[in-house]
Amino acid sequence: MTDATLDTNVGSRLGVDWASEANARRLKKRYAANRRLQFYGLTAIALAIGLLGTLVSSLVVEGYKAFYQSKATLEIRLDPADIDPKNLADANYRRIFNTAIERYVPEAKTPAEKRQLSDIFSSEARYALRDYVLAHPEQIGQTIKLKVSLSDPFDQLEKGVIPRYVDALSSSETSRFEALAGRGLIEGRGADAAMKVSLSIDPQKVSSADIGAGRFRDIIADGLLATLGNPNAVGAAWPMLRDDVADVLKAYVIAHPDSIGQRLENFKLPLSPNYAALASGETPKVFNQRFASEKQFEWLDRLKAQGALSYPFASELLLNPTSRFPELAGLAGAIVGSFYALVVCFLISFPLGIAAAVYLEEFARRNRWTDLIEVNINNLAAVPSVVFGLLGLAVFLNSFGLPRSAPLVGGMVLALITLPTIIITTRAALKAVPPSVREAALGIGASKHQVVMHHVLPLAMPGIMTGVIIGLAHALGETAPLLLIGMNAFIPSIENIGLLEPATALPTQIYAWADSPERGFVARTSAAILVLLAFLVVMNGIAIFLRQRFERKW
Amino acid sequence: MFIYVLAAILALTLSGYVIGQRRSLKLAGGEARSLHSRPGYYGAYVAAWVGIPSLILVLIWLLFQGPVIDALLLASLPDEKTANLSSAQVSLLISEIKQVSRGNIFGQPDQAILDAGVRYQNWRLIASWSMLTAAISLCLAGLVINRARIAPAFRARQRVEGVMTGFMIACSIAAILTTVGIVLSLLIEALRFFSLVSPLDFLFGLRWEPQIAMRADQSLGSGAFGAIPVFLGTLEIALFAMLVAIPIGLFTAIYLTEYAHPKFRAVIKPVVEILAGIPTVVYGFFAILIVAPAFKNFMNSIGIDAAPNSAFVAGAVMGIMIIPFISSLSDDAITAVPRSLRDGSYALGATQAETIMQILLPAALPGIMGGVLLAVSRAIGETMIVVMAAGIIATLTLNPLEPVTTVTVQIVTLLIGDTEFDSPKTLAAFALGLVLFTVTLCLNVIALRIVQKYRERYD
Repeated sequence: MTDATLDTNVGSRLGVDWASEANARRLKKRYAANRRLQFYGLTAIALAIGLLGTLVSSLVVEGYKAFYQSKATLEIRLDPADIDPKNLADANYRRIFNTAIERYVPEAKTPAEKRQLSDIFSSEARYALRDYVLAHPEQIGQTIKLKVSLSDPFDQLEKGVIPRYVDALSSSETSRFEALAGRGLIEGRGADAAMKVSLSIDPQKVSSADIGAGRFRDIIADGLLATLGNPNAVGAAWPMLRDDVADVLKAYVIAHPDSIGQRLENFKLPLSPNYAALASGETPKVFNQRFASEKQFEWLDRLKAQGALSYPFASELLLNPTSRFPELAGLAGAIVGSFYALVVCFLISFPLGIAAAVYLEEFARRNRWTDLIEVNINNLAAVPSVVFGLLGLAVFLNSFGLPRSAPLVGGMVLALITLPTIIITTRAALKAVPPSVREAALGIGASKHQVVMHHVLPLAMPGIMTGVIIGLAHALGETAPLLLIGMNAFIPSIENIGLLEPATALPTQIYAWADSPERGFVARTSAAILVLLAFLVVMNGIAIFLRQRFERKW
Repeated sequence: MFIYVLAAILALTLSGYVIGQRRSLKLAGGEARSLHSRPGYYGAYVAAWVGIPSLILVLIWLLFQGPVIDALLLASLPDEKTANLSSAQVSLLISEIKQVSRGNIFGQPDQAILDAGVRYQNWRLIASWSMLTAAISLCLAGLVINRARIAPAFRARQRVEGVMTGFMIACSIAAILTTVGIVLSLLIEALRFFSLVSPLDFLFGLRWEPQIAMRADQSLGSGAFGAIPVFLGTLEIALFAMLVAIPIGLFTAIYLTEYAHPKFRAVIKPVVEILAGIPTVVYGFFAILIVAPAFKNFMNSIGIDAAPNSAFVAGAVMGIMIIPFISSLSDDAITAVPRSLRDGSYALGATQAETIMQILLPAALPGIMGGVLLAVSRAIGETMIVVMAAGIIATLTLNPLEPVTTVTVQIVTLLIGDTEFDSPKTLAAFALGLVLFTVTLCLNVIALRIVQKYRERYD
């Protein structure tokens, strides 16, 4: 019997015609449903991975800018008259530096201009100069070359984050103008662009005896009101007209005195330059005045033309402590703080976690107590981390009186957070060691402790270390509990960071920077996140390496 | 000083080990065989008695040294300086004295404070030296006594193993102590809060304005601690998170378990799980940097006004973080459905989609539900995303375009900066923490029970 005959036989017995068109349609529909589900699945995966990609790529796009820094190489003359060789540190380096930059821009004369000039450079410049002189006292009397950072707005300008030119007109101004153009009130291009308004030259406002004293602005205002209909629109129309529009009308009336008392149909009022450009189809641009003046742009361009600007790797980002100035802010303090906290976390959670796991897995008899401990550990793993922060605040800070913001307390809280994870992974690693190993050791007379210490634990160690490193990586990213115990202190120097001194950590530094209003901190924050992610990738990489290299399959 | 004490204890412990080992070998006449235990155990026995008691002593000492010196300092000050001070003023006074003693003198502190600074410095010196002496004498006492106990028949291994077991039990109890610590600290502070604000007002009140101080003598309106707007905001954001995470996570799991080629699965599954490994502060920044402006522009372009820190954005970004929780727990649940059910369905001629939708998902539903509950608990307890991307003001609204606040946001904003432990503002954070802990604990217990029960059914 062939397959075909079987099919028809079954079909006919059930009264179903498998070959019918209705059946074919139904089958098609069912297959379509199958493909649809598959499509949904693929879409979901694409979405998840796409979101991950967006997250990482947007951080890279924002953050790479903080990895280089706009700097100017300036020639500075170290005049012996300014620097007392016996007291190098106390010379007025600010003045020396300012004299040097004023040599580049001789036209900056007034105090205001001089201040604008020195604003181009980072406020750290004078300290950099001082440090240079302290390091090279023999160069006093010579002209040195010093690389100084630009201040944040100019750094951002050079990086193209802040545009040098911005649209002169807001979108609402543009759309209002376009509405007028749509009514046919705008004519001509470029310098000829004008708004056509019918004006009645009211004899009460301008007398033929003295045309020059006429109130031409009022005439135009009346004409605008008659044409546009409401006072708000008139208010908006005034900026579109050239400043001297009243004089244009005056000139016309002087030339045509007979027009007094007449109505001038579609009189052409010239447009102000920005709107004239708009009428010509251009987008008018102006200097971005929000962060810098036009003069400062000019001076910066001059320095650039002289080849004084360079864009080296921003070692400040990794070597400086944090600062209120984005161009100076770095992660050194945060990295050290995180390091101390992680060391404390490791020193507590590693022995504690392993001992607890070994006891529960190898020694404890199953009874109500060990069940309680087990349930407890599983639940602790799922307690929100902010609750651990509350515990740290109430117990470590308030009851024990440990200092606020200290890495010691941060590490203790992080240890409590990672402890359940470490216990759980350690138990899994211990479970993976086959019983035959234990039985063999017991068989040749080892005690239970010796079995665990000499055989089981060493064999489980790679798995345990993997779990510990993953736990520490997790702890490195924890933010909320550290905020609660105050480990987000502003630490502008890295000299006296200690276990008991106020400190900050990488994630809390990111949080603090994300909150800062200066434009430069956006890139700084993204870069800090990239640094944090790099640490996490390295730690997880080590964990994966350990697992693949040393873990034994039994 | 602490470091030196630790170093001294460590050195003495090591020498204790060596002395114990030597002594045992000497007693045995160089023949380790005639000893009950291996010589190392005798060493370890002595070392344990040298090190452990004095370490415990030092820890207890350090715990009490600060408060005791503070109390002495306060008692030593003239009465007129300490009369009628609130606890905050007292701690301010003490920290001023400590600053003065370190040489950081601001302004013109009066003579009493300067004297107290000197006293403080002296007492600290006395305290640390006496700690060192006490620790070392305890070490030496342990060394002498236990060295004398060594004899060839002495069962050193059992003793050492006993100590180790004790250590391990103590470590296991540390896990319990953490929970006890959490529960006690939350309960105690929350009870103090409830003595100021009635629990009914807290749980059912509609106004949440904790930043306004509550003093007996204030003339303006008092702060309000009705947490309903906060709870509602938390639930709303968690809901949006689930709306994003459940479909994406579930469909990802379905595809990866049923359709994907094993190689594709081996690559994609870890990549999706990276989403759970990214620190939440990163998601928070992502929300304010990219998602919120994009969402606002999009809403503006269709003519709707959206707040920059809208509930929807905070929830959606949190949803991204939660995708891997849903996907891997659903993955486990679907894979755990016995092969026979799948094969039976295919044998009846069902397509893959029909098998998944009508056989596998219903069978895996309890496991998936457990996963969703765990994810909800995660969403409720998540902090940094909402601290950065959600609002601070508690408004009673369900509009996804307006900012709402959550329990975790309030905890952080109430406790950030300096905290006094006697203001209702600070204590309110602990009451919120208690609610958060209770709710997430219940969700976890239920979820774990569902998952476990379901797993047992098929095993």
